[in-house]
Amino acid sequence: MAAILDVKGLSAWYGQIRALYEVDLSIEQGGVTALLGANGAGKTTTLRAICNVVRRSGATFFDGKDIARLATEDIVRLGIGQVPEGRGTFTGLTVEENLRLAFHTRKDRAAAYRDMDLVFELFPRLKERVRQQAGTLSGGEQQMLAIGRALMLAPRLMLLDEPSFGLAPLVVQEIFRILRRINEEGKVSMLIVEQNAAMALELADHVYLLETGRVVTSGPSEIVRNDETLRRAYLGY
Amino acid sequence: MEFFIQQLVAGLTSGAIYACVALGLVMIFVSTDHINFAQGEMAMFATYLAWAMIDAGVPFWLAFILTIVIAFAGGLFIQRVILKPLEAAPVLSLVVCFIALLSFFNALAGMIWSFTIKQFPSPFPPRDVFGNGLVSIQQIGVVAVTLIMLGILTVFFRYTTLGLAMRAAAQNPASARLMGVRVSWMLALGWGLAAAIGAVAGMLVAPIVFLDPNMMTGILVYGFASALVGGIGNPMGAVAGGFIVGVLENLVGSYVIGNELKLTFALAVVVGVLLLKPAGIFGRVIVRRV
Repeated sequence: MAAILDVKGLSAWYGQIRALYEVDLSIEQGGVTALLGANGAGKTTTLRAICNVVRRSGATFFDGKDIARLATEDIVRLGIGQVPEGRGTFTGLTVEENLRLAFHTRKDRAAAYRDMDLVFELFPRLKERVRQQAGTLSGGEQQMLAIGRALMLAPRLMLLDEPSFGLAPLVVQEIFRILRRINEEGKVSMLIVEQNAAMALELADHVYLLETGRVVTSGPSEIVRNDETLRRAYLGY
Repeated sequence: MEFFIQQLVAGLTSGAIYACVALGLVMIFVSTDHINFAQGEMAMFATYLAWAMIDAGVPFWLAFILTIVIAFAGGLFIQRVILKPLEAAPVLSLVVCFIALLSFFNALAGMIWSFTIKQFPSPFPPRDVFGNGLVSIQQIGVVAVTLIMLGILTVFFRYTTLGLAMRAAAQNPASARLMGVRVSWMLALGWGLAAAIGAVAGMLVAPIVFLDPNMMTGILVYGFASALVGGIGNPMGAVAGGFIVGVLENLVGSYVIGNELKLTFALAVVVGVLLLKPAGIFGRVIVRRV
């Protein structure tokens, strides 16, 4: 299968501090890839670097198109939906406005409305709270809203930064169930960063393991799942 | 009683103008966290453009609309050309830049049109509404134009996707970018709108105070006081603050301190609000986790 995202020699910096060293990544069309590693390994930075949010160098190809020099806004418009660290909620806007924001970049209004219905179907709780200020939502609901917002961009690739962060186990399970649905029914490829390695390994078909800004190992998720030394050393379980 | 009502109406009229100025300040503040000290001079300059058009025979309302459009383009231009390169600059550099803009427009207006005062025509007849000397059509017109403008802005920000994108960009620029919003252009639009709103304020106030390059200096202080009273990050609050300051200023001026000290009153309001309730009446206190 062809790769939807190809990253070659990706490095990134925060000021003078280098956070990524020549990372190579390839994400298959329709697949789910997990990016795992300890705190500070550079997982979030990788997602940021793909969308050009941090200073970076290296090549990024999305669907064969060179996106390394595009502005974040333009990368997103090509169909890369990012669910950022901290959820990126527009706290002063209502739930509906958070979702409707995507209409700004979308030409196909009818399809955008269909996507909004889809988001409400996936997350009925958001529908119950359409008129509520997004800042008053619970953590789980805000995570759902962040995923919903990314879906509103009709993405072909979703970059998810710790969708399980700070959430109760039941909510995490619900969210991962929905992510699987989005991947299988919506044919959306995913790159998912997780601390909750067990959960991510279940969803993902491919895994990359990062350590201090470098890829230490990669391959089909069964390999990592079945390799006890790897699991102990990097994933802590 | 009659005198009181007269003062109240006069207060509401000047309050409407302060509200426009405050709205222009808030428009830039919410998206960039900056106070544009040149807001008043930009408005004054736009008013001169209107005056020049009317003087050349353009009908008032056509000149009014053309001026708003030109002011909008001018605000957009200033943000794109002068402020965008300063995006990463420290606040003090920006303050200097705003002051430079202030004196630039002041001097330019003086250079082109001279510093002598000019009469600016009013589209509203100064006639009484009820024939009892209480409320003039001019006063109602000023308040009406302000409220219409507020209505248009409300509809724009609440019901259009562009308005929504501007609000999103102001609230959370990083997240807005990830939704495909061109944040930098949203700031430019904010500047355009602020300049357009300022132009309206200038054209409303010019028939009352006469047109000269220093026309807006005092009014900017009132506008600033209004924005603070309403909570500097809140457009509705700015308008309410405008009316509150306008009415208070007139009543305090005519009953307590006399007309000469009115501007002092505005400054006292600025200091008082900043000391006692920095978030303003309608503002929210923002707590940041550090």
